[in-house]
Amino acid sequence: MTDTKLKFKAGRPTSLLPVPTHYCPGCGHGVAHRLIAEIVDEWDLRGNVIGMAPVGCAVIAYNYLDIDMCEAAHGRTPEVAVGIKRVRPDKLVFSYQGDGDLAAIGTNEIIHVANRGEPITVIFINNTCYGMTGGQMAPTTLVGQRTSTTPKGRHLIGEGPPLRVCELLSPLERVVYLERRMLTSPKEIRLTKKAIERAFRVQQQGLGFSMVEILSPCPTHWRLPPEQCAAYIEDRLTPVFPVGVIKDTTSAARA
Amino acid sequence: MVTAERVLITGNEAAAEGAVRGGCRFYFGYPITPQNDVPEYMSRRMPEVGGTFLQAESELAAISLCHGAAAAGAVPMTSSSSPGISLKQEGISYLAGCELPALILNVQRGGPGLGDVRCAQGDYWQATRGGGHGDYFCLVLAPYTAQECCDLAVLGMHLAEKWRNPVLLLTDQQVGQMMEPVTLPPLGPEAVGDPDWALTGAAGGRPRHFIHSYCGRPNELVEWNEKLIAKYQRMATEEVRYEAVEADDAELLLVAYGTSARLAKAAVTAARARGHKVGLLRPISLWPFPSGAIAELAGTARKMLVVEMSWGQMVEDVRLAVNGRADVELLNTFGGAVPRLPDIEARIEAMLA
Ligand SMILES: Cc1ncc(C[n+]2csc(CCOP(=O)(O)OP(=O)(O)O)c2C)c(N)n1
Ligand code: SF4
Repeated sequence: MTDTKLKFKAGRPTSLLPVPTHYCPGCGHGVAHRLIAEIVDEWDLRGNVIGMAPVGCAVIAYNYLDIDMCEAAHGRTPEVAVGIKRVRPDKLVFSYQGDGDLAAIGTNEIIHVANRGEPITVIFINNTCYGMTGGQMAPTTLVGQRTSTTPKGRHLIGEGPPLRVCELLSPLERVVYLERRMLTSPKEIRLTKKAIERAFRVQQQGLGFSMVEILSPCPTHWRLPPEQCAAYIEDRLTPVFPVGVIKDTTSAARA
Repeated sequence: MVTAERVLITGNEAAAEGAVRGGCRFYFGYPITPQNDVPEYMSRRMPEVGGTFLQAESELAAISLCHGAAAAGAVPMTSSSSPGISLKQEGISYLAGCELPALILNVQRGGPGLGDVRCAQGDYWQATRGGGHGDYFCLVLAPYTAQECCDLAVLGMHLAEKWRNPVLLLTDQQVGQMMEPVTLPPLGPEAVGDPDWALTGAAGGRPRHFIHSYCGRPNELVEWNEKLIAKYQRMATEEVRYEAVEADDAELLLVAYGTSARLAKAAVTAARARGHKVGLLRPISLWPFPSGAIAELAGTARKMLVVEMSWGQMVEDVRLAVNGRADVELLNTFGGAVPRLPDIEARIEAMLA
């Protein structure tokens, strides 16, 4: 990462607390936190934002982000966020979730929150495994991918193909904004930040449900050196999880 | 919708209206018999008071919505019946661990499993022993009339807020579905949690608030539990509630709650008319259990009769309270059956013979 623009911006956002994180070297969670913190700073959101810390590697995100935050039971994260949003509709409320939290145990919650068009924003960290519990298979695990519970690789027959959540939610009428990005290069990281900004704006305008899925490295359980994760995401993940705007009906929702 | 102060409503509706009058403006539910009139009532009532009603996709979602609403500073309500309450246990444990207020109504039905929709008291242990995982207690209030459903819902709202703890209103199918006249208290203002801890957005540079039960640092969970236990100990001394009927001189003391207490009370009246020294101790708070009051009465009452609609759950708390100083018998029904008054009267006669 030798991008000059990144160097220029490399000060720590004030909303990101000056403490070491517990994330493994090369993990995407810290980068995603930083993007949120930058937006909180740049938009002067601190007094107007409430976030969710999920059960997963990001469970103590509230130790890193200097904003009001809430814990949730595993997978119930978006409904807890909705409970907050219903009480404080004037605040920007985001749910932050891993793929085990969102796409396995919390599938019911995410579908109904999205279908109701709840005006919250979901930051969905897809690292194709359960990071916190030791890298087991997630619904997003690729066919053939070895994890601690798919020692011979995930089988299509019996274990099914990876679940594509953006594509699953996309047909729902009140889902307004879905974008999938990846944390692979400074450019891609900036695009990820832009996606989060757009999703936050959808919420601020009260248009409906918005979500940004982020293909995020887990070098520890992918058993890859951090510098090889970007290529792995581009070569192996993006054919299954194509990046880009998956759905944007903001203009229709505004009308 | 309810304008007259004296109304004829079901116990379920009374609990719902009591919660509203006690300041509840956020209700999240899911249909299950015999409490369907609670979400139905709230769907009409909440908009009238500027509140929020949401039918969730499951009991897990409903209790999670309560989790979020409480974290943001409301005192929310949810309701269900036995199988649905089992699903809510995850969220109830989180509410207790995060120290969040909520009012949770369980209109008990028969179990285990799907059981049936008739009257039962088989969730006593679940209610009074926390119910979910971990070391915690809910305050448990057990109304036995529609009036008390209303009054204890008002009280429950207040106690949930006061203790930052989930409060369970434990009724049963008959208490919930029977219509009775109820005098309603005035409509109170919206219950709001303390902005000193609630999630409001960290405006004006105040330190961030974070609501959590996870304690990963060494010894952090020990200290967190110590804090919770100290709170439960205070709750256990300050929140004991019961009704004593002809209990002071009773040689035989009946102990019952909910529908069982209605029958036990009638049996006591009948026994007194026949000249027997029989009384009733009706726990209103099931946790904390009125063990002290029962222990005191054990001096005079050498015999006790627990009437309950389960295989025998509350009877264990009575035996613990008297600690061998009185003979404790059980008259029980289960599987959706209700005790018959003649059976209770016959047992009283047999125990006094
Ligand atoms: C009810 C429940 N089931 C299981 C767990 C164990 N658990 C903790 S984190 C986790 C998976 C986390 O994976 P993911 O959501 O993908 O987040 P990541 O750690 O990869 O960021 C599981 C299964 C739990 N805490 N609660
Ligand atoms: S296990 Fe994976 S997701 Fe968790 S902190 Fe380490 S790299 Fe990140």
